[in-house]
Parts: sequence; C-alpha cells; structure tokens
Amino acid sequence: MSDHQGLIVKEVSKSYGNAKVLNEVSFEVKKGEVVALLGENGAGKSTISSIIAGSVNRDSGEMSWKGKDYNPSSPGHAIQNGIGLIHQETRLLKELSVAENVFVGKLITKNGIVDFKTMNKMASEQLKRLGLEISPKQLVKNLKMSSQQQIEIAKALTLNSELLILDEPTSSLGESETKFLFDKIKQLKREGVSFIYISHRLEEIEQIADKIVVLRDGYLVSTYDNANIPINQIAHDMVGRDVDRIFPTIENKFDEEILRVENLNSFDGSFSNINFSINKGEIFGIAGLVGAGRTELVRAICGADKTLSGDIYINNEKIHLRSPQEAIKNGIVMVPEDRKSLGLLLAQSNSQNISISNFDVFLKNGWVWPNDVLSFAQKGIDLMGVKGVPEQNANELSGGNQQKLLISKWISRNPKVLIFDEPTRGIDVGARHSIYQVMKQLSEKGISIIVVSSDLEEVVGLSHRMLILSRGVQKNILTNSENISRVEIMKQATN
Amino acid sequence: MENIITFTKKVFRGTQGTLLGLIILTVFFSLASPYFFSARNFINILDQVTVLGIMALGMTAVIIIGGIDLSVASILALSMMVTGWVWDAFGVPLHYACIIGIFMGSVAGLINGLLISYLRIPAFIATLAMLSAARGLANIFTDGKQIYGFPEWLTNLSVVRHFGFIPVTMLVLISLTIICWVLLKYRKEGRNLYAIGGNPEVARLSGINVKGTTIVVYTISGFLSGIAGVLLTARLNTCVPHAAFTYELDVIAAVVIGGASLNGGVGGIAGTIVGVFIIGVLRNGLNLLGFSPFVQGVVIGAVIVFAVALDTFKKKER
Repeated sequence: MSDHQGLIVKEVSKSYGNAKVLNEVSFEVKKGEVVALLGENGAGKSTISSIIAGSVNRDSGEMSWKGKDYNPSSPGHAIQNGIGLIHQETRLLKELSVAENVFVGKLITKNGIVDFKTMNKMASEQLKRLGLEISPKQLVKNLKMSSQQQIEIAKALTLNSELLILDEPTSSLGESETKFLFDKIKQLKREGVSFIYISHRLEEIEQIADKIVVLRDGYLVSTYDNANIPINQIAHDMVGRDVDRIFPTIENKFDEEILRVENLNSFDGSFSNINFSINKGEIFGIAGLVGAGRTELVRAICGADKTLSGDIYINNEKIHLRSPQEAIKNGIVMVPEDRKSLGLLLAQSNSQNISISNFDVFLKNGWVWPNDVLSFAQKGIDLMGVKGVPEQNANELSGGNQQKLLISKWISRNPKVLIFDEPTRGIDVGARHSIYQVMKQLSEKGISIIVVSSDLEEVVGLSHRMLILSRGVQKNILTNSENISRVEIMKQATN
Repeated sequence: MENIITFTKKVFRGTQGTLLGLIILTVFFSLASPYFFSARNFINILDQVTVLGIMALGMTAVIIIGGIDLSVASILALSMMVTGWVWDAFGVPLHYACIIGIFMGSVAGLINGLLISYLRIPAFIATLAMLSAARGLANIFTDGKQIYGFPEWLTNLSVVRHFGFIPVTMLVLISLTIICWVLLKYRKEGRNLYAIGGNPEVARLSGINVKGTTIVVYTISGFLSGIAGVLLTARLNTCVPHAAFTYELDVIAAVVIGGASLNGGVGGIAGTIVGVFIIGVLRNGLNLLGFSPFVQGVVIGAVIVFAVALDTFKKKER
C-alpha cells in the first residue's frame, strides 16, 4: 500500500448483532497531522478508535500503517506498532509511582529484579520532553487531574508511539491546562507524531486540528481539509439538522430573593468569604479555572461538604446544612460533576434512580408499591424526554440521556435551587442543546439555577449573572449583557 | 390457584435459577434416598435450617448495602452464653435472661455498625475483630464451660409442635422472613439499602442517611444473631461457648447462592431463603446418603462456585 507514512483506514465496517455501528468508514492520518474525529455519542467514534487501537476487531475493510497492512490483534500489538489510545477517563494505577505507571506491563528488569533506576531515568526524559516538572518517583494519586492525563501521554511517548488517539482529552481540564495540552500537541506534531483528536468541544477544534472527519450513525458524513469551518456547519453535519443557536435567549425579571450565601468559608481553604444571593428563576453562573473552588463551593451549598463558617438563607430564613438530606428538604439539589460516580446508581433501574431521592414526595406512609414507583418514574422520564424505559438499567443509557435522567430525578420534586456542576461534560451537541432548553424552561418556571462549568462559553451563554472565582476568592459578580467580554472574565479569573 | 402462581412468581422473581437448583436437588435426593421425600424429613430440614435462616436474613441486608458480617456466629455464641450465664449465676428468670442475651447480640451489632460508619474501619476488618472478641467473651463468662438444666418450656420451643407440625422456633423463622421480605421489598427503608449498596456516595447525595442506616443494618444483624442464639439454646437444651463455630461461612454462602452480590446493591430475602434451603437440603441429603461432613463441605464449596459462575454467565449474556 504505497509509501504513505501515516494511517489509512479504508471502508472499515463493524456490527454488533444486528446493529451496524460502522459503515465503510474511510479516512487517513498523515505523519505529523492532527485529525479531529467528530460526531455525536453513538456516531461510531469510539468504535473506530478502538479498532485502530486494537481492542475491537473490524468486520471488513482494510487499514495500513506506515505503508504496511495493519491488523492489530490486541491493544498490546497496537502499542508495539506505535499506536496508543488515551481514554477520556485516565486509567492510571493511583497507588503506584509515575515511572511504574509508565512502564506497567513492561517493567524493565535487571537479573530478574525490577530496575527502578533505569525506569525513573527514562520516564523522567519523557516528562521533560513534555515540559513537566514531575518527579517519576511521585505517586500518581498525589497528582492533579490534568497532570495525570499528561502522564498518560508521557507513557505513550515512552513506548515510542507515533500515533496517539486522544478521547475527550480536555473534558476535565480548565482553560490554561487546555492551552498547555495544545502547546504539547503542537510540539509533538513538529516532532512527527500524529494525532486523532476526539472532542465534543467544537470551539477548540479550529485551534488544534489540521483536518476534520465527521461521523454520524456509523457513516462518514464529511471530511474537511482544514479546520477553519464554521461551528454551525460542523454541528449541522453531526446532528443532520440545523442547530441555529447554541444557547437559548433567557429573559426574566427578578424581584424575589430565594437563596443567600453570607461569608461562606470552607474547611480546607478551597474557597473563602463568599457572598451572593440568587433570585427566583435566575440562572447564576460560577466561572473560574479548574481548582478555583467552584465545585467545592456548590458542594457546600448542597450540603455535600461541611463548611467552616458562614450562613445560608432560603427565602430569608437561615438553614443549617449538615447533610445533603437537609439541603434537599430545603429545596437545594445538585446534578453533580461526575454523573457516573456521584449521580447515578449505574447497575440499577431508571425507576430506582428517579425514585430514590423522592420517596418523601410520592410515597404514602413509606410504602413502596411498585406501581406508584413505576408511574412516578415514567412521569420523570417523560418530563425530560429521556430515551429509555423505567425498567432499564441506567448504564444502558447514553451519556446525554443519563444526564437527563439525573435532571428529571431532581425536577420531579420541584426544587427551589437546582445546581448544575459541569452540566454538559462529555455530552454531544444535540443533547447539550436540549439540556440548555431545559434550564431555560426551569428558569421560566421560577426555579433558580446555579451553573458551574469549565466551558466559559457555556457560563456566559446561559447566565443572567456570574460570580468569578480565582483561587477560592470571590473576584466579582457580573451582570450579563451584550458587551461582556470573555477576555475580561478570563483576566479576572486568572489574577 | 392462578393467584397463588402469580404471587409465587412475584416473590421469586429473579431467583428462578436458584429455585430450579433447589428443585433439582430435591428430586435427586428423593430418587437417591428412600428416606428423603417424606413430610417428617422436610420438617427435619426446616428444623435444621432455622438458625442458619435467621442469621441469613440479617446477612442479606448487610450484603445488600455492600458490607459483610463475619461476626454473626460469634455473636450467636455470645448471646447464648450471656443468656445462660445470667440465668445460672444470678438466678435471673429465663425469659428475662433470653431478652438480655438478645440485647447483648444487638449491642455487639451496634458496635460493628459504629466502627464501620464512624471510625470508617472496613466491614471485613471490624466484624473480623468482633468475630474474635465476641467468641472470646462467650468463653469468658463460664470459663469455657457449658450450662444446662434449663426449664422445660425452653426446650419445648423447638420440640412441641403446634397446629400438629410446627414448633415455635420455625414460627419465629417464618415470621421474621415475612417481615424482612416486606421491609426489603415494599418499604422505603429497605429500598434505600439497595441505593447504598449501589453507590454510597450517590445515596448520600440523594438525601439518604447512609451512616445511620449502616448502623441500623449491623445492629439488626446482631439482633437476629441474638435470637438465633436463644433458639439454638432451645434446640440443644445447652449453652456451649463454641456453638455455631464457623457458621458465618454457611450464612454468607446461603446469601451468595441466593443471588446477592458482595459488591452490594443486589440480593433479596426470597433468594436468600432458597439459598438457605439449598444448603439445608444438601447437608440433609448427603447425610442420608452416608457422606461425611467433610464431603459435605466440598460439595457446598462446589455449589457456591457453580451458583455464582452461572449468575455471572447469565449477566454477561444479556
């Protein structure tokens, strides 16, 4: 297959049972090129990347890598060939050192004894290549989330990877960390490393990609030779219809205070001296970098973490939050950042997930009659248009529908304040849009909303007012208007 | 009739596989031994599983919340010896002594719960410590000696058959089973246990009092072990500090055979009762066929592996 120095994917198909998840997909990645692979959840991005990375076998089609036929039989085989996949959720062994993680499965030994000295030296070289000031002896659990991801990249590089598949690499990163990652990608690109870059954040594609490949329902929809494509056009390719506005226009009048926070301080100093109030039906954004204390602040407001000092008022009445239970009773609920580990009972039914926090709302004397649960759950599912049935387990839903399920669980009890921490992380454009619409409707119904997001675009696009946090300190509260500038917010958030 | 069938189906939903296993075992032993298939022997089996069954009820709740209770058999012995000791050494009337014994069992369970939820000691370790401590205490009261010579009414609990066939001990098992089944299936408190086992942090953020519930669950497990201790005293007409030694393994086995997952969030009373009877039928049938207790151990081990492997296999297929 010629002297092509990169990867060629030709008419690759794959079915699971009757469901055809990939239909004769073809594209190529040249040496030193970043190809953005875009599509909604279920479009086939993960399947094609798993096929390239050797963890899934294709049904038909051909692949070639560096001019030779390429048929990886396992992820190990793909890695030997210089192709590595870096997952959305990092898969590091947290109790082991950085160097051990880099060499896991291929520990270097000398006379049968693990040779830590050489491993540390080699790992340290790759860390330096990425410009990371991390000791290879450090335990992974002591590292920040963003550094952990870079360890994954260092690991792939140490194994001489020449093609890296990055699956949603920025979903847990803040603005500056994203920039750092992009700088590294550009540097490695110059050194001849190729990338397949999977992301839901269309805004960042033009900053990083050389080429765009869009999939929809297992078909290749379009290929663009440059990345200067209007977001709307890409979004159109992805969902097969026009996505006219990403954010709904939200207009409300406010005159009734619902929630007030006074001098709130955390135990560990992750935020201090926070003061704000939210009106009925208002959407209140909290902007800041990763590590600014955003999540910690909203966790405290919904009773998940205890606070050192400070008061919280609902309808001008002071409440004492010692547990989420009490926050829920007072009408404060949260859709958490990590829906898989904090939001859902994955191995249990949708109806259990919706009803578990609402027994007090619909049970008569604490009796759980299956029919009552079922009808309550069905109502919740209809309310949000979740594509699923009450009896099905939550882990069988797509990411977007899981998020909708979580939202319906809380709005089923008519809360006063609904907190969204990273509402659209890892969710495709279509589902994202409907979550924004829901926020708008809730706001119109008089439910106050707090939105926390690493995606500044999102916070600015949704909120009536915004609180800006920088290293746990409240910098400003801005009222949203036409002339609010993203750059200005960024400046305040970083200083 | 049709109603009975629908009801039975409802009760045993999700445990058909284990139920089928129980039926196959019953048929097998009926063919293999002439003594097995008789009303008399079935009452026998029921009698033999009473103590196991009562402890398994508590263990089901513990395993559903993702915990484990290794101390049930030791707590049984503790309750038994406290009962006998306060009666024997202080002349406390026996029915009060029984209540004190059961109370001690509950206290031991409460301590387990406090260690696990407030000191955050893993359940395995906390109850392992209790296994050792409670058994030690059980021996301390009488310096390892037995107590016997109880009034006749105590033995009668397990001997006198009411309504022509059923002694009080079995009635206790049956009523407790029904209460636990209703609690786990149709009460808010019971449904919360599944949420805790599914993911304790999700349960907490959903407004469930995870710590409080955990303490209650371990206390109930201790309480039921206490009742089992009194009933075993009635059956043996003696208090022995080494009573029910290593029984906790049979209890856990019954719950696991009944379909509960040690990861938590899965399990139920109906399954557990089937699991209890599988162990009871196996022991009884193998006895009748003349196999030694050693062989029974091997067979039960094989059945545990088989039941869990089948369950995993079924899940994979879905």
